[in-house]
Amino acid sequence: METLDQIKARVEAAFPGASVEIVPNAGVGGQRSLLVDHAHALDVARFLREDPALRLDYASNVTGVDWLDAVIKEKRKVKQVIAGVEREIEETTERRRPGYLEVVYHLYSMELKHGPLVLRLRTANRADNARVPSLTPVWRAAEFQEREAYDLYGIIFDGHPDLRRILMWDEFRDFPMRKDYVEPDDYEYEPTPHDDVLAKAKRHYQP
Amino acid sequence: MDEGLRSELSKQGVFTTTLEDLYNWGRKNSVWPLGFGLACCAIEMIAASMARWDLARFGAEVFRPSPRQADLMIVAGTVTKKMAPQVVRLYNQMPEPKYVIAMGACAISGGPFKQGYNVLKGIDRYLPVDVHIPGCPPRPEALLHAFMTLQRKIDEQALTGAQRPRHLVAEAPSEFPVPEFGAHDLVPPANPEIWQPPEVVRGE
Amino acid sequence: MNSEPAKLENAPLAKPYELRPKALADGGQPGELLEISMGPQHPSTHGVFRMDVVLDGERVVKLKPVFGYLHRNHEKIGENTTYLGSMPYTDRLDYFCSLTSNWAYALAVEKLAGLQAPERAEYIRVITAELTRLQNHISLVGFLLQDMGASGTPLMYAFREREKILDLFESLTGARMMCNYMRFGGCRCDLPPGWLDQARQVVGEFPRFLDEFEALLSGNEILLSRTQGVGALPPELAVNAGITGPMLRASGVNYDIRKVDKYGIYDRFDFRVPLGDHGDVYDRYMMRVLEMRASLKILEAALRDIPDGPIMDPKSKLRGFRPRAGEVYGRIESPKGELGFYLISDGSPKPCRYRVRPPSFINLTILEDMCLGHYVADAVIILGSVDIVMGEVDR
Ligand code: SF4
Repeated sequence: METLDQIKARVEAAFPGASVEIVPNAGVGGQRSLLVDHAHALDVARFLREDPALRLDYASNVTGVDWLDAVIKEKRKVKQVIAGVEREIEETTERRRPGYLEVVYHLYSMELKHGPLVLRLRTANRADNARVPSLTPVWRAAEFQEREAYDLYGIIFDGHPDLRRILMWDEFRDFPMRKDYVEPDDYEYEPTPHDDVLAKAKRHYQP
Repeated sequence: MDEGLRSELSKQGVFTTTLEDLYNWGRKNSVWPLGFGLACCAIEMIAASMARWDLARFGAEVFRPSPRQADLMIVAGTVTKKMAPQVVRLYNQMPEPKYVIAMGACAISGGPFKQGYNVLKGIDRYLPVDVHIPGCPPRPEALLHAFMTLQRKIDEQALTGAQRPRHLVAEAPSEFPVPEFGAHDLVPPANPEIWQPPEVVRGE
Repeated sequence: MNSEPAKLENAPLAKPYELRPKALADGGQPGELLEISMGPQHPSTHGVFRMDVVLDGERVVKLKPVFGYLHRNHEKIGENTTYLGSMPYTDRLDYFCSLTSNWAYALAVEKLAGLQAPERAEYIRVITAELTRLQNHISLVGFLLQDMGASGTPLMYAFREREKILDLFESLTGARMMCNYMRFGGCRCDLPPGWLDQARQVVGEFPRFLDEFEALLSGNEILLSRTQGVGALPPELAVNAGITGPMLRASGVNYDIRKVDKYGIYDRFDFRVPLGDHGDVYDRYMMRVLEMRASLKILEAALRDIPDGPIMDPKSKLRGFRPRAGEVYGRIESPKGELGFYLISDGSPKPCRYRVRPPSFINLTILEDMCLGHYVADAVIILGSVDIVMGEVDR
C-alpha cells in the first residue's frame, strides 16, 4: 500500500478544500491515521473504497473514543541567549484542549489484501454538538458499530439509516462508556470487598 | 410407622411407605429444568446434560423449552439488567412447585462482571434461590451436586404443618413483581419483599 | 436524527421479496401481517438473542435483531483494570474459544509494547488455537443440527469429541473452558509431561470421527433439502458488510487472516483455505467441516515440529506493566471470524481505550437480508449457521 503521506496528497488533490490531517502515533508500531473533516468525509470514504490502488472495501473496526478536557504539556527546545552565551533550554508550554469524541475506522482491502488504514472523525465537542457524518452508506459493516458508538458514547451519526440504542434499553438516558459516566450505586451488600469495590461499598457502611 | 415394624415387614417382602415419602420421591426424581441459558455457565449446563455426565441419571434430562412445563429454573450465567425483567417473567410463568438454582458466580453476585453498569448483582435480588453453586464456571460435577442437594431438599419437605413448602401455602406469593426499565437503572433495583442487604459488620 | 436517512448505495439486498401478494387468486383478502418476538428466551436463539420478526403467513418480511441481553460491559471493565487484569475477561468473551480470544488480546498488547513470543510459545499458541477451532466448529455443527430438529444425537456426538479436547485444555491450563493461558510475550506455563502424546492421540483419532460424522450428515437428504439454497449471501454484500470467517469464505471470498497477516508462525504451515460458492447454509456447514480438516493438518505439523526452549519473552514483565503511549489494532482469525483488539495506551497501567471487534456481532449485520422471503423455520437455521456466541455479540 502507498504511504499515508501519498494517500493524503492524493485525497487532497481529488477534493480541493478538504482538510486532511495525519495524526501521529507515538507507539511502537507507529501506525498513523488520517483525520478528515465532516464535509468531505463521505467523499473521502468513497474515494478510499473505489480507488483502484487502494480498494479499501472492508471496514473492519468502527469505534468511539472519548477524550475529556485535558491540559497538554509540550516540551520544546529553544535557543536563548543568556548572559551573552547561546544555550539550549527546555521550555514547557501548557495548552488546554477541549474534550471531544472521536470515531475510528480501521479499513482493510479484501481485494488487494492490504491494510489497515485508520480513518478518524472528530466531533466538535462532547455535549450539544456530538455529531459526525455516518459512513454506513459506504460500508455497511459500520451499521451496527456506529449504532453501538451512539448507544455507548452518544455520538450522533448524521445519515445513519437506523440510529437507535442497540445494547442498552431504549429508556436508558446515559452514555455509559464516557469517561465521566457515574454508574448506579448498588453495592449495598458486599461480603468480601476489595480494591475498587471496597471503596464503593464503604459508602453503604458508614461506621 | 414404627421403624422396627417397617424393617420387619420389608424382610417379609412387604414394602410400606407414607404418602409424603411417595409424593416427594416422585417429585424429586423428575425435576424438569427450563432450557434456559444466559452465558458461559449455560455451556457447562449443556455439557452436564450430555453423555459424559448424563444428567438423565437424576431424572432431569428433559429440558423444557417452555416455562409452563418446567419445575426448575437454572439461572446459568450473568443476569444483566436488560435481561432481569425477562428472567422474573419466566419465573412467574412457571407453575408451582418451582425451584431456582443460581449457577455460577455471576448469578450469585455478579461475579467477575460485578462492576459492570448493566450487570445485576445477584439474582436473589428478585427471586428466591434454593441452591447456589459457586464457580466460574462451575464444573458439571458441581451442577450434579447442586441437583442432589435440591433433591434432598425436596425429599425433606413436610407436606403439612408450619414448615410446609411455599406451594402448599395458599397465601404465599408464587409470582414476583417484574422490575421496569428506568432512566439510569432498573426500578426498583431490588425486590424489598424478598431481599434486604444483610447486616455486615466490618472492622476497619 | 433530524436528517433524512441515506439510502444504502452498496450491494443489493440478498433477495428482494414482494411484500404482499396483491390479492389472492380466488379473490380473497390476504391475511394480516404477524409480528412476533423470538427470544430472548427461545430454544433456538443460542443464548439470549432476540429477533423481532414480521411474518406474512410463514414468510419473513422483516427481521430486526435486538441485542444487549448479555451486555456485560467488558470494555468499560477493561478500561478500569490493568492490562493483565483483562486477560481473564477475554476468556469470557467467546466462551467456546477462550484460547483464541487470549491470543488476540496478547497479540494486540505485544504489538503495543514491542514484545515477541519465543518459538516454542508460538507453537503452543498455534496448537491450542487450532484445537479450539476444532471444538468450536464441531459444537457449532451439533447446535446447527439441533436447530434443524435433529434433537440430541449429532450434538451428543459433537460434545463427546469436544470433551476430549477440553481434557487437553484442562491438563494444560487447569480449566476446561476459561483457560486464561496466554501472557504478553508468551504463555503462562509449559506443557505438562506427556501432553504432546496425548494431543497427538486426540488429533490422530479425530479424522475417523469426522468421517463418521460426515457419513451421517453431509449427504443426508433432510439436511440437504433444509440447507441448500437457504440464506444465500452474495460475495459483494458479504465484503461490504464486513463479514469475516467461515461465513465469508462460504460466499467464495478468499480472505483468511492466517494467510493474509501471517501472524504468529502461520506462514510455516501448508494448509488450504476452503471456499464455498453458493454462500448458503449448506456451504457454511461444509466450510466448518473442511476447516476442521485443514486444522488437523496444521495440528499434525505443529505437534511434529514443536521445538524445546523458553516460553516467555525475557523482556516481558507481568507486574508494573506500562506500555508506551500509542495505539494499536491487533487481529487474528478466530473460529468465528476476525477478532480484533483496539487499544489506546496513555502510558499508565490501564488502557485508555479498550475495544473488542467482535466477529459474530458484525456477522449479524446481514441477518435480515439473508432471511427475507424465507420461512421462519429457516430463519432459525440461518441464524445457527452464522455461529454466534452472545458473550461476544453483546460483550
Ligand atoms: S460465573 Fe463465570 S462462567 Fe459463569 S456466566 Fe459468570 S463469567 Fe461466565
